[in-house]
Amino acid sequence: MSVSGDSLWITMREKGYSRREFMQFCSFAAATIGLGVQGKAEVAKAFEQKQRPPVVWLHFQECTCCSESFIRGSHPIVADILLDSISLDYTETLMAASGHQAEKSLADTIKKYAGKYILLVEGSVPTGADGVYCVIGGRSAAQILEEAAKDAAAIVAWGNCASYGCVQAAKPNPTGATPIQELVGKPVIQVPGCPPIADVMVGVITHILLFGRPPELDSRGRPKEFYSRRVHDTCYRRPYYDAGLFVESFDDDHARKGYCLYEMGCRGPVTYNACAVTRWNDHTSYPIQSGHPCIGCSEKGFWDDGPFYRHLPSFPGFPIEATADTIGAALGVGVAIGVGAHAITTNIRKRPVIQETQAESVSEPTDKKKVD
Amino acid sequence: MTPTSVSYRRIYVWELPVRAFHWINAAAITVLGLTGFIIGHPFSVAYTQEASFQYWFGTVRFIHFLAGYIFLINMLMRIYWGFVGNAYSNWKEFIPTSRSWIGDIKEVLKVDILQTSVHGPVHVGHNRLAGLIYFGTFWMFLFQALTGFALYAPMSRLFVGKLATWIVPILGGDQNVRHLHHTMLWFYVAFAIVHVYLVFYHDYVEGRGTTSSMVGGWKFEREDYLDKH
Repeated sequence: MSVSGDSLWITMREKGYSRREFMQFCSFAAATIGLGVQGKAEVAKAFEQKQRPPVVWLHFQECTCCSESFIRGSHPIVADILLDSISLDYTETLMAASGHQAEKSLADTIKKYAGKYILLVEGSVPTGADGVYCVIGGRSAAQILEEAAKDAAAIVAWGNCASYGCVQAAKPNPTGATPIQELVGKPVIQVPGCPPIADVMVGVITHILLFGRPPELDSRGRPKEFYSRRVHDTCYRRPYYDAGLFVESFDDDHARKGYCLYEMGCRGPVTYNACAVTRWNDHTSYPIQSGHPCIGCSEKGFWDDGPFYRHLPSFPGFPIEATADTIGAALGVGVAIGVGAHAITTNIRKRPVIQETQAESVSEPTDKKKVD
Repeated sequence: MTPTSVSYRRIYVWELPVRAFHWINAAAITVLGLTGFIIGHPFSVAYTQEASFQYWFGTVRFIHFLAGYIFLINMLMRIYWGFVGNAYSNWKEFIPTSRSWIGDIKEVLKVDILQTSVHGPVHVGHNRLAGLIYFGTFWMFLFQALTGFALYAPMSRLFVGKLATWIVPILGGDQNVRHLHHTMLWFYVAFAIVHVYLVFYHDYVEGRGTTSSMVGGWKFEREDYLDKH
């Protein structure tokens, strides 16, 4: 692994990339973070001159799908250079070192680059049973995170695990999986998704490298440039939604025609992500384009809001098939029956009421002063 | 039975803005409920045409949003009127403040549930139980307006929706907001059934013109009771 301190361009040149390839990469990076044509020069300048900040990439309770996504970034240089050259001083998945050497590398980086390094965290931190569910090198995830977060220049939560807890935090959350935002007393850049889109991850890192500060975040800590729009509003199938053309079962004629998957439980209308814009796998496709409803993997609690293929989730505390509508309809029928029964008993008991009112009514015509 | 001489006096209870609020609200809720149910369960219509030639689901949503604005503005008007209107429309009518108030509520509960006869005066405006229920209903209105506009905010350029988005993180994301917003539809269904029934019931057992009062504004009260209010 190369030593921190060189610029990205120097590292790339050493690796045999041409100037043209470097510039291509710069325009890609500029476009991803929404800088446009002018931004290309800015990006190139930053990658030429700025020292690459050291990066610590921690893995806790997760499936490594964030890393897998990241190394499949659209631009070939991303995998080869960015991951390598952002000076990954510690990452369990990809580093060569192991055992005590690796742990020493982490400790050295934290010490040497205090206040300068970027901390990328993949996975949630189990806090149950004193953190025994995730122990690396004899220390619990919570301890490692605390040490690493203390002097970090910026902290990025990769994926839904680090951002919201994800599947491990599904009820009843046996390991006490906790999002890192709740454990570090600092602002965290949330990059949710299971996994997040590779280009989004590259975009976030590029932004930090380029401007030396986190991208603009929304109220929930997510970069606005990628998470300010719903999948629904950017979806190419949206016109079918407005036209009321829906897929009603998989493999029906409507599915073949590519109609809207709203009735199949698509979470696009409640999911904020850039899938429909950047797409996946070198801008090839995204779930809805492949005929599968969005499951809302970048949203908090998506794992407990099942079933995925139904528009309404199950109602908590009720049998698994019960939705708000079954409960509501039962309530409505119950109320109607109650009201009906009440009306019947009222009618059975109506004689005294009628007598009383008649008694009053009789006197009315004779009552002269009752003129308003 | 010997005829007893009872004379009634009419009282102007519901001023025009209150009646207008009531019926606009009823119409808005009906439209919102129906369109909301369709949005939750789009049914199959018109599959013969291409998307370019139809927009029915968009239209249903548009009607829902329009009715939502009417519902909200109407509600704000009623809150305003709760400070400037007559005594029966005042906001204090909705919150129990005295011990006798609790006694009144118990009395209404007896009439409603045990079906005892009405004896003695019942509060001329909303009966005390109804007032309290409407106070709770107001919060339900507010909740539905907040969740509705929070869901509407991403597709709106107007500031109104953005005023409600703070509720989204509190409720745990758009999916939960949508779920609760949908669930609340059934509160309105149950409320409407009970409300309409109880109006008819009270009109019948009290004989004071409760039903028509929301059209003309007048209620009728026995003169010998008027002093007791």
